[in-house]
Amino acid sequence: MKFKVLIVEDSKVSREHIAATVEAVDGVEAVTTASGFEALKLLPRQRFDLIITDINMPDINGLELINFVKKNPNYRDVPLIIVTTEGREQDRSRGMALGAAGYLVKPFQPEDLEALLRRFLKPL
Amino acid sequence: MTQHGSKALAEFVAEATEILDALGRDLLALDEARDQEADPERINGIFRAAHSLKGLSGLFGQERITQLAHAAEDLLDRLRLGRLTLDDQVLDALVDALDTFQSLLGETSRGEEGEDLTRRTRAMEERLARMGSPAPPAEEDPLERLELDAQVRAVFTEYEEHRLRENVRRGVALWRVRAAFDLTDFDQGLADLNARLKPLGEVISTLPSSRPGGATGIAFDLIFGAKVTAPELEAGLQGTPAELAPLTVHPSREDPSATDEAASVPPPEAVGPGPGVTPRTKRGGKKKGTRARPLALEAGPSQPLLPADTGATGRDAPSETSSGAPGLVAVPTAANGGPPRMRAVGGPPSTALGLQSAASAPLPAGRPRPEETSLRSLTQTVRVDIGRLDGLINMVGELLLIKANLQRLAEASRQDGTVALSKLFGQELSRETRQLERKLEALQEGLLEARMVPVGQVFDKLARLVRRIAREAGKEIDFVSTGGEVELDKLIVEELSDPLMHLIRNAIDHGAEGPEARLSEGKPRRAVVRLRAEQKGNHVLISVSDDGSGIDEARVREVALSRGLVTSSQVSEMTRRELLNLIFLPGFSTRSSVSALSGRGVGLDVVKNNLGNLSGIIDVWSERGKGTAFHLTLPVTLAIVRALVVGVSGRTYAVPLNSVLEILAVQPHDIRTVERREVLDLRGQTLPFLRLGRLFHLPEREVNRHFVVVVGLAQQRLGIAVDELFGQQDIVTKPLGGRLSGVKGISGATDLGNRRTVLVLDVAELLEEGIAQERRRA
Repeated sequence: MKFKVLIVEDSKVSREHIAATVEAVDGVEAVTTASGFEALKLLPRQRFDLIITDINMPDINGLELINFVKKNPNYRDVPLIIVTTEGREQDRSRGMALGAAGYLVKPFQPEDLEALLRRFLKPL
Repeated sequence: MTQHGSKALAEFVAEATEILDALGRDLLALDEARDQEADPERINGIFRAAHSLKGLSGLFGQERITQLAHAAEDLLDRLRLGRLTLDDQVLDALVDALDTFQSLLGETSRGEEGEDLTRRTRAMEERLARMGSPAPPAEEDPLERLELDAQVRAVFTEYEEHRLRENVRRGVALWRVRAAFDLTDFDQGLADLNARLKPLGEVISTLPSSRPGGATGIAFDLIFGAKVTAPELEAGLQGTPAELAPLTVHPSREDPSATDEAASVPPPEAVGPGPGVTPRTKRGGKKKGTRARPLALEAGPSQPLLPADTGATGRDAPSETSSGAPGLVAVPTAANGGPPRMRAVGGPPSTALGLQSAASAPLPAGRPRPEETSLRSLTQTVRVDIGRLDGLINMVGELLLIKANLQRLAEASRQDGTVALSKLFGQELSRETRQLERKLEALQEGLLEARMVPVGQVFDKLARLVRRIAREAGKEIDFVSTGGEVELDKLIVEELSDPLMHLIRNAIDHGAEGPEARLSEGKPRRAVVRLRAEQKGNHVLISVSDDGSGIDEARVREVALSRGLVTSSQVSEMTRRELLNLIFLPGFSTRSSVSALSGRGVGLDVVKNNLGNLSGIIDVWSERGKGTAFHLTLPVTLAIVRALVVGVSGRTYAVPLNSVLEILAVQPHDIRTVERREVLDLRGQTLPFLRLGRLFHLPEREVNRHFVVVVGLAQQRLGIAVDELFGQQDIVTKPLGGRLSGVKGISGATDLGNRRTVLVLDVAELLEEGIAQERRRA
């Protein structure tokens, strides 16, 4: 069975880039959504092994999504990875404080993401 | 990602163009509302656009764009976080940055990386970084005064935290709006709630929380800064599942008038809702277990989200009593006498005004004018309304039906063999053919429509330039554009942007007078520049006009003579209109200084040529003291046109029908010669007459009558003599390559079917030629 990764990112190009990088890894499948809202809708319907989320998004921001996931007994064990851009240290540290498992700084190398996938999706 | 080649690059350019377009629209909106306080959402939108652009260009390895986007994002971040005030200087820098982005994207799309632009980009980055003033001196953080659980604060992004801080600082009444929805349709419910809340204030954050006990439900806490009173907010949320609770803000410690005792007691005048107003604290009436619970997103009940006493008063007291009201009272501390601390961060507002003069523009000398950057978009994509596409698909379906019918007929005829086909069969066949023809026409029309885009796409971009051009020229301009919804072929809209930009620059530079000059002439201080589009049949008229000083004929005459463009005898015979039209001649420019358009080596002749390439024509109107107007007449589309096929001296030519006004048959003796030019009398008017055969140096035939195709664009008319008329046909004009491309009077070639290729006449050029001939003979 494949690992399923949820990607929450409002920028289309970025989303597709992350998805392509994720799917390039054998045994991993990507599900993408463009907003925190959509993520909230997907969570109860599918089981995810990992969530990769942007922070600055309209409607629900990534921090709120992390908090929601971490406070909900059904999802709290799903590791979360934050994707941010340079200079957003405060948002990043908040995300980590809320329970995110790791972060990526855009623009990142595919290897960086792959390393995180291998760290959190075991045995990959 | 550059190695992925041109497809990826095209994708990047398309996406980046979209981002820049959105950015441009937001900047324009900010620009137009400059005297008002900037909408934080708009600034945030621009910030997000820069952010996306940075991410996007980073992904595609576009280093220069990434760096500049980074600088822009940084500046915008300081803006939206209130560390910098949006003044003219900042806005101008952003507009210029947008221009630089467009230039960069232009080079990228052509696979270039010019050093010049790289230098400009660097300079732009530095300029953006220099913007603004140091952070305001440290002071008490207003957020300290807001009673909000630290764990809730931990979920705010830096930006949301800033917005919350701003609201507290300004003494805005803050509310927690809680609403629970079913998991299946919460987004709709939340969208409705947001739509209700938007006009009433600012939604600062949306915090989701699982509803205890319900797997199918989801609750949200919206942190809301209300700009209306409590009863108004109540009324505004009538009928939604929202429950309101105020957030408590303590008075500022720096505020000497506020005492600690007053801390959580609302000022009397703020107790807006009197006895008659019933706060809709649903919490009071709710029987569900959720009512008094802290938000589920917190660690536990011991740490309520809102530790304020609000719950105690609102929850249990009968809400009818006025004493229940405090639970709902807006508790803005700043409102109770203390200074509301509304000053803009980053400097007193007067700085903004002081910077308005053109002299302050921090542009290094010699830097190319930013608007020299072409406004043309870089992508060849057209967004098509899905309805239009569906229509086309339906049409293809109908064509398939006809094909089936024809197939059936073909089948039948084959089976009948050589047997004479019945008359009925023939009728059926021709009926199907007619159907086919109609449907194909409709399909063609539909496809042409799909190429249409509103001309407003260019208008928006132009509007952005006006303010800066005006400031550079020291003019005060009101820019009015109308008819942006008029649709034109995408290709034409693209090609139109540069000529329009040029004309608008002219109107501001040369047309409009400075404020003092205007006042002394009894005109309003601000000049008006108008851009208008209007559809007339299969042409679109676009005009650029100003209410400035008008064109000085005497000066035009003088310049044309001094440059040797005309002789004095020619000038003496010219009508005012003809005189004005001299400004379109190559080498003409009325400004002796190189400051304005003349210095850029581009004149109205180029504008005219550009329009000519679009089968368009330009006309000028001007009156001293009243203003100048340029009228552009353009075909709606270039893709497929109906043409008149004519014969001259045994050769065949096509004349685009959209410029044909009528066809006359004239006897040789109808042609008169006036001042050595051939003319015709047409209903009392004199019509210039051009023998096509003579123009193309073809052997002339003796004929006892001429067909005269009367063509016209805008105000100009010309009769073109041909020998034969063959009929009408739809043509697609293909450009002529190589040395043939420069032939006067020919715009291209077309295939008439039967592999017959004929030349297509360029009516705009022929009109030109007609006038030029007159001039030469004179």
